[in-house]
Amino acid sequence: MRKEYILTVYSENHIGLLTRITNVFTRRKTNIDSLTVSESALQGIYKFTIVIHCTDAMAVKLVSQIEKQIDVLKAFYHTNEEMIFQEIALYKVPIEPIYESDTIEKIVRKAGARILEITKDYVVIEKTGHKEDTQALFEELNQFKVMQFIRSGRVAITRDPIERLSEFLKERDAFLTSLD
Amino acid sequence: MTAKKVTGSQALILSLMEEGVDTIFGYPGGAIMPVYDALYDFDKEVKHILTRHEQGAIHGAQGYARVSGKPGIVLATSGPGATNLMTGIADAMIDSTPLVCITGQVAEPLLGTDAFQESDIVGMSIPVTKWNYQITTPEEIPGVIAQAFYIATTGRPGPVLIDVTKDAQFGELDYKYEKCTKIRSYVPETSIDPHQIKAAAELINEAKKPLLFVGQGIIISHAEEEVKAFIEKTGIPAAWTLLGLSALPTDHPLNVGMLGMHGNYGPNKLTNEADLIIAVGMRFDDRVTGKVSEYAKKAKIIHIEIDPAEIDKIVKTDVAVLGDAKKALKMLIDNVNPNNHENWHNEFKKCDAIENEKVIQKDLYPTKPGLTMGEAVRIVSEKTNNEAILVTDVGQHQMIAQRYFGFKKSRSNVTSGGLGTMGFCLPAAMGAQLGAPDRTVVGVVGDGGFQMTIQELGTIAQNKLPVKIMLLNNNFLGMVRQWQQLFFEKRYSFTELHNPDFITIGKGFGIPGHTVDKREDLDASIKKMLDHDGPYLLEVKIEKEDNVFPMVPTGASVSDVILEP
Repeated sequence: MRKEYILTVYSENHIGLLTRITNVFTRRKTNIDSLTVSESALQGIYKFTIVIHCTDAMAVKLVSQIEKQIDVLKAFYHTNEEMIFQEIALYKVPIEPIYESDTIEKIVRKAGARILEITKDYVVIEKTGHKEDTQALFEELNQFKVMQFIRSGRVAITRDPIERLSEFLKERDAFLTSLD
Repeated sequence: MTAKKVTGSQALILSLMEEGVDTIFGYPGGAIMPVYDALYDFDKEVKHILTRHEQGAIHGAQGYARVSGKPGIVLATSGPGATNLMTGIADAMIDSTPLVCITGQVAEPLLGTDAFQESDIVGMSIPVTKWNYQITTPEEIPGVIAQAFYIATTGRPGPVLIDVTKDAQFGELDYKYEKCTKIRSYVPETSIDPHQIKAAAELINEAKKPLLFVGQGIIISHAEEEVKAFIEKTGIPAAWTLLGLSALPTDHPLNVGMLGMHGNYGPNKLTNEADLIIAVGMRFDDRVTGKVSEYAKKAKIIHIEIDPAEIDKIVKTDVAVLGDAKKALKMLIDNVNPNNHENWHNEFKKCDAIENEKVIQKDLYPTKPGLTMGEAVRIVSEKTNNEAILVTDVGQHQMIAQRYFGFKKSRSNVTSGGLGTMGFCLPAAMGAQLGAPDRTVVGVVGDGGFQMTIQELGTIAQNKLPVKIMLLNNNFLGMVRQWQQLFFEKRYSFTELHNPDFITIGKGFGIPGHTVDKREDLDASIKKMLDHDGPYLLEVKIEKEDNVFPMVPTGASVSDVILEP
């Protein structure tokens, strides 16, 4: 059964590695719904958060083929239930409706969004949440003709009480030391 | 080790020498000229084989690597030089052949500007390399070359490509070399879990109809003796994959032959009767499994494999033993009970008798007028006492040669398995001869594949390599024609070839040869080829429309293997 999976990949920061990782999906004709890359809490180790729709068996194979890449330290896959995740969305809305009524203000309050910037032409609103939430806010704001809308890729943290990456790195360090 | 000042190009050659490189296959060009200039000073230490095409260089390196166990080294220029390597890189990737390919690149300030002979070879080769890297400063050279060798040769071997910009070749550095022994993000081999060995041994000891698969992993991990000891203790029949050929002697009593689409009848048929499969260093290629949903359904599966990504990729395993095949087999031997599985062996013998009557006798000892591929291969094998290295191309002749050539020593079978690259044979045979200079190397090639890399006759002649080339000529792209006959209502769409006079072509390159088309001349002709001191081309005109059987038709189950049309 196909469902949404969140893959997290920890890697060295080498040129070309992004292509190597995305190629694993290309080969298996799997679309990447969202992709976020940034440095992890550990200096020099980069974290990819990749959202895909696939079967459980496919998620397992994708992870093992990603891990096979030389510069990848470790890859995991999780269901949405196993992770706490968020996306951030920005909305640029014309200023006039704000002068005319308090509807936008009410929408922003109700959605738990916040206003980042107000100019004489537009207002920029920020909302963090799941895609359904940021999308719902877009639908509501769009009655005022949203000028620009952007949603980030997903960032996610495991609910697991065991920090598997830290465990993994400890084991790996011990292994590398044993080679000396 | 103290550092000394050298150019990037010199550092590159010195680094290769540190890794024990004695042979390079290559082709010069603008962006790699500084390296070629540095090579000029080391012609005593390093033999450079100038091929006629970069594809010849890389297949040569593959042949060299497969027979010697050492990584093959390829040198090419940027742009077309680099892109011409791609087929060989993909071939080495899928067949786990260690290669270090070094390509020149335009100078760093020109990168990305569509400069003359610029191609993004790093980007292009990502999906077909185990690892690749672009060097833009001379200081990086020794470290990256050390990593390249470590990655190419450890774990599941594979091709690595290092792209070196021309300015990095010209620049200077303080050179010192240190071999790479570890990389944080790469653990080539995990230590074997004794629990898995115990679980595997339990299954082995309980099995009534066990079957062991010999993959190339046995050859790569030098586990030939271990696998022999294992099957001899347990009495388990062993079938080899196309790339597992020669890991055991052909005539070993427990060797039941080849798996796969054109493998032997017994191992295919009985895979679906087995109650246990022990797959060692193989990857359940679709040519081996046939229809996966009907594959080995009665069997538990033990998979001994070094590449974790192969576990459960195609066939769900019951016990996965991750790690080196040699170490795993050593551990297993101590945990398994002696057995002989006599009744089970008898089932193979029954299958062998059927295959022998329906296929083998007709192939090897034909009574019809036209020459068969099988009889030519049989005579070569007999006359070389099963001690030659067999190099094949891709197609009917390949399957026939792999079915009927006998082996005594490991690393004696060189073929393009996973990728099925036509044009592989001639350059790979040249490379195999360089990798095993004291052995007889026979290239068995079809008339289609021969013409894809025929220019390498020039390289063979120039280097006086005594490669014996047996061309099995049916003036057809035979395997495609066979499929057209069997599955496309004999619609022979673009498979017939109007061929040149191959013997005259050989002579043009300075390679003697002759043609044989009569059975009474075949034996003497093959003797003449093998006895000739130097390279020789023997063209055997074979029956135009012979087919290869047995055959597991595409999409069929292995137990539906057919013996005749």
